[in-house]
Amino acid sequence: MARMKFLCDTERCIECNGCVTACKNENEVPWGVNRRRVVTINDGVPGERSVSVACMHCSDAPCMAVCPTDCFYKTEEGLVLHNKDACIGCGYCFFACPFGAPQFPNGPAAFGMRGKMDKCTFCAGGPEENGSKAEFEKYGRNRLAEGKLPLCAEMCSTKALLAGDAAVISDIFRERVMHRGKAGEAWGWTTAYGKPEQARERAREQNREGQK
Amino acid sequence: MKKALFLALTATIGLAACGEHSQVPSYKQGNYQGKSDTRPWEGAKFAGDKQAWDNALRARNQGQSEYNRVK
Repeated sequence: MARMKFLCDTERCIECNGCVTACKNENEVPWGVNRRRVVTINDGVPGERSVSVACMHCSDAPCMAVCPTDCFYKTEEGLVLHNKDACIGCGYCFFACPFGAPQFPNGPAAFGMRGKMDKCTFCAGGPEENGSKAEFEKYGRNRLAEGKLPLCAEMCSTKALLAGDAAVISDIFRERVMHRGKAGEAWGWTTAYGKPEQARERAREQNREGQK
Repeated sequence: MKKALFLALTATIGLAACGEHSQVPSYKQGNYQGKSDTRPWEGAKFAGDKQAWDNALRARNQGQSEYNRVK
């Protein structure tokens, strides 16, 4: 059974915020809520890194543990989804989540005034009929039911953000790291995509071996 | 006698609050109480065909690897 996860390759993320925009548009996310955000560490300093963060669909999700109305559930694909009808907007999940994924449309307001919690659904909707109007209005698009992956990952221009079965995306990432080799102190294009001179050297070596 | 009784009563009442009781609430894992969700392959597009859904998702998954795409 697939275990859906996100994986962000920080060597490749160029902080374009395409994932944020794609998510906002695809799910018609309410004002004040960003289901996905790009966080940059050491901004402006050589060697800075950006990472796209949203709900990580934790295997042992703290939001599920603290919810007083038990409105969270885990799907067979390992996604942490929630039922907005049962949410009372207490904000416990917001405090429990280490990634700041659960957010409230009315922002920091008094208890009962924050509105229903909203978070990344891995483009898998919620507990409504797949692809229905009610599902879209409450949770956003259900791309998973259309056989598609979350739009943030599919839209990513550098393919820094990968989404899908944990085993598959881990393999993709591993293969990528094998191709580009060790980064060392380098930072930028050659680290993210490999060094062209290395590829040329490899080809030369192969030619030499072929001639022997 | 009265004094002894008074002291005994005072000590009983006064020390009654000194008992050690666990003040940590026992945590009980909650169960989801809401309505059930339909599975992704049970929508209009796949009509319950899990194999077709798996294949569609696998293709999308592999499409994320440019090394696969350029092979």
